Amino acid sequence: MSAPTLLQLRGITKRFPGVVALSGVDFTVQAGEIHALLGENGAGKSTLIKVLTGVYAPDAGTISLAGTTIAPAAPKEAEQAGISTVYQEVNLISALSVAENITLGRQPGKFGFINGPAMRRRARAALARLELDCDVDAELGSLSVALQQMVAIARALDLRAQLLVLDEPTASLDEKEVAELFAVMRRLRGEGLGIVLVTHFLDQVYAVADRITVLRNGQLVGAYATAELSRLGLVGKMLGREVSDAAGRVAPGSGVEGSHREGDAALPGAVAAGDVVLAARGLSRRGAVQAVDLELRRGEVTGLAGLLGSGRTETARLLFGIDRADGGVITFKGAPVQFGAPRDAVRLGLAFCSEDRKSEGILPNLSVRENLILALQAKRGAWRPLARAEQQTLCAHYLAALRIKTADAETPIRNLSGGNQQKVLLARWLATQPEVILLDEPTRGIDVGARAEIEALIATLRADGLAVLLISSELEEIIRNCARVLVLRERKMAGEVTAGPELTTEGLMRRMAGTHGEFPALPAEADQ
Amino acid sequence: MKSRSTLPWLLAGLALLIGLNLVANPAFLKITVQDGHLFGVPVDILTQGSRTMLLALGLTLVIATGGVDLSVGSVVAITGAVCALMLNTGAGLAATVAAAVGAGALAGGGNGLLVARIGIQPIVATLILMVAGRGIAQLLCGGQVLIIANPAFEFLANGFVLGVPVAPLLVVALFVGTHAFVRRTAAGLFIEAVGDNETASRFAGLAAARVKALAYVFCGACAGFTGVLTAANIRAADANRAGENAELDAIFAVVVGGTALTGGRLSIMGTFLGAILIQTLATTMYYRGVPPAVAPVPKALLILAVSLLQSEQLRSRVAALWRRKEAAS
Repeated sequence: MSAPTLLQLRGITKRFPGVVALSGVDFTVQAGEIHALLGENGAGKSTLIKVLTGVYAPDAGTISLAGTTIAPAAPKEAEQAGISTVYQEVNLISALSVAENITLGRQPGKFGFINGPAMRRRARAALARLELDCDVDAELGSLSVALQQMVAIARALDLRAQLLVLDEPTASLDEKEVAELFAVMRRLRGEGLGIVLVTHFLDQVYAVADRITVLRNGQLVGAYATAELSRLGLVGKMLGREVSDAAGRVAPGSGVEGSHREGDAALPGAVAAGDVVLAARGLSRRGAVQAVDLELRRGEVTGLAGLLGSGRTETARLLFGIDRADGGVITFKGAPVQFGAPRDAVRLGLAFCSEDRKSEGILPNLSVRENLILALQAKRGAWRPLARAEQQTLCAHYLAALRIKTADAETPIRNLSGGNQQKVLLARWLATQPEVILLDEPTRGIDVGARAEIEALIATLRADGLAVLLISSELEEIIRNCARVLVLRERKMAGEVTAGPELTTEGLMRRMAGTHGEFPALPAEADQ
Repeated sequence: MKSRSTLPWLLAGLALLIGLNLVANPAFLKITVQDGHLFGVPVDILTQGSRTMLLALGLTLVIATGGVDLSVGSVVAITGAVCALMLNTGAGLAATVAAAVGAGALAGGGNGLLVARIGIQPIVATLILMVAGRGIAQLLCGGQVLIIANPAFEFLANGFVLGVPVAPLLVVALFVGTHAFVRRTAAGLFIEAVGDNETASRFAGLAAARVKALAYVFCGACAGFTGVLTAANIRAADANRAGENAELDAIFAVVVGGTALTGGRLSIMGTFLGAILIQTLATTMYYRGVPPAVAPVPKALLILAVSLLQSEQLRSRVAALWRRKEAAS
């Protein structure tokens, strides 16, 4: 592209206590281009955006915009320099009018009085630039989320921005709204604006982005022209596996070969999969997932794979009654069930370990013992308390069985390491003797030793006849542990793979990337 | 562990306050028997403090869920009015008390509904009833102070059983009962779990909203019974003055007692001692002849002192300073 370089980040490094979030990252955006910034969890996308918009100061590296070096120390300074950001959750005030929102903080007027007509004029001009026709006197909260998003963009552009950063702008939009947003983005690109798009949706990247920068583990993987990078290649770069497109062969030396499972013999204590315990048909929820079908069988580990934002966690939340489905049926042992809340699911013998251990798992100030017995006690109700001696027996059993390292059972759980906290949460569920356990990223953020122990525990659960759903972004982990893997892509089913030669990182990645034509779409598979 | 660390500080504060009083008045702790009734400053403290204690008891559960109930003072006024209306239409003592406690529980249920089901911030949700409650009480009283002339009713606040004043006896019994309830059943664990991390508790299968709502119902019922004791004590229902600012003293007692305002920690024993501490201070000032206008200042200082003593951050800083000194010498 011959367009002038608008934004140039060089050698950006940002450290947080204990982690290097960004390490020597370069990032370049040209004027008049839409540039997608991609990466999985922990890749450093949000840190990079925050450095760019002045929320964080980088520990090393330089930022230059249109040839001038800038060092924004606050979001306001970045805005004044010409970098405007629209965040995922609309940062506007829903009780104010559209015009007030667009001009908030810089309303025209004097002596402390606002010039209403001038304010409305300015707001109308800002909306006209996006070719939006909307009543500037309407209360913002009365508009659809999509329109609110447009108003946020209009507000950002009112500042004579040169660079527009859109952080997951489509997360809450439907297809038609996404198309409208893209039209606006293309228009702004035509005006010479540089646009940085952060998204999880590969379809959208290929629909609108000119170039792509991929980050992984805080490092730059590379910058590519969209037209020259295949979907599979892109997913490979995001996950850190080189794959060759042409033959679908694994690139030599990538270590992928070794991860292919060598038959069921590799699984200790393998038993034949039994009856279906929990099943879902056409499970849907607007903005979460569309028409997901799955079956969890006794004594079998089913994997759920997909990129970040593909609907993995959303599926588990629907199965566990945390969110209400708008469509589809869930059956437990053949009988349809409706869970109004997690406790209904727990009563039937379901368990769910959330990926967000800190905010959805542990009770930080309560003791290991209290954390461990909570689910069982909740199942029994307040009037049938576990005697102290029973509690101690349970704790002693699980502390030993899962090798949980803690000073004693009365230590607050927040003092434990992540891996040990995770084991306590697993113990919390095992104490309820569940029939189905949904594990969402059970090994995220824990050390290698604990990780191996948790995988061994999953094998034991399977051997004990539990139906296990394993959600993981680590494909090797899925392949090592699962007999069947369901792949989600952009909130829809993208295929199901059973253990065998097909179950390889490559086979999963193809489905995650949506490389068309190489495998039948799922409905056909399901019918066979 | 949890509450154990704050109780010693509370006891130390109480001992210090009593010690100072003993210096000024060696007979401060003396209890005598006059006309077959126990008499003395400690008995006074328990009797005068019984209403704050009872409000604080209910608030302890609400605050442990991470909420707060500002409306208890107004509920006292409402249920006082309910008592006056019931008694003046000839209802019996049991029916009157049941109606008042029921009205309090109903008010608490309203708060619980707003907080737990509709998701309004506790401070805002209960502020509504705090403001509206006085109006409701006024309406019930018809704008007047209703005089209650019923010896049996009055006995609840000012009577004696075997020489022991009735009101503190009832309140202590309620404390013991509540303590047994939260610790002998799993209720205490559920309340602390919801207060510590509501989402995680719900995901573990707890009916978190119900736990929270029931805490408000219990708090309302306690406030309802406080309304009975208040009306019995002054032999009238006063919509304006009954329970005025009582919520603040009660919240102080709970917090001083070691139940964290952020939720997740529950200490019935601590609340009891916290209420005693606050009442001891009030009584001290009364006996020392401190003018009422100045009285809030020592109270504020006491609360500040206890809060500072309980602050883990401050304690660890002081400990660090201490270590540095030792290392230097």
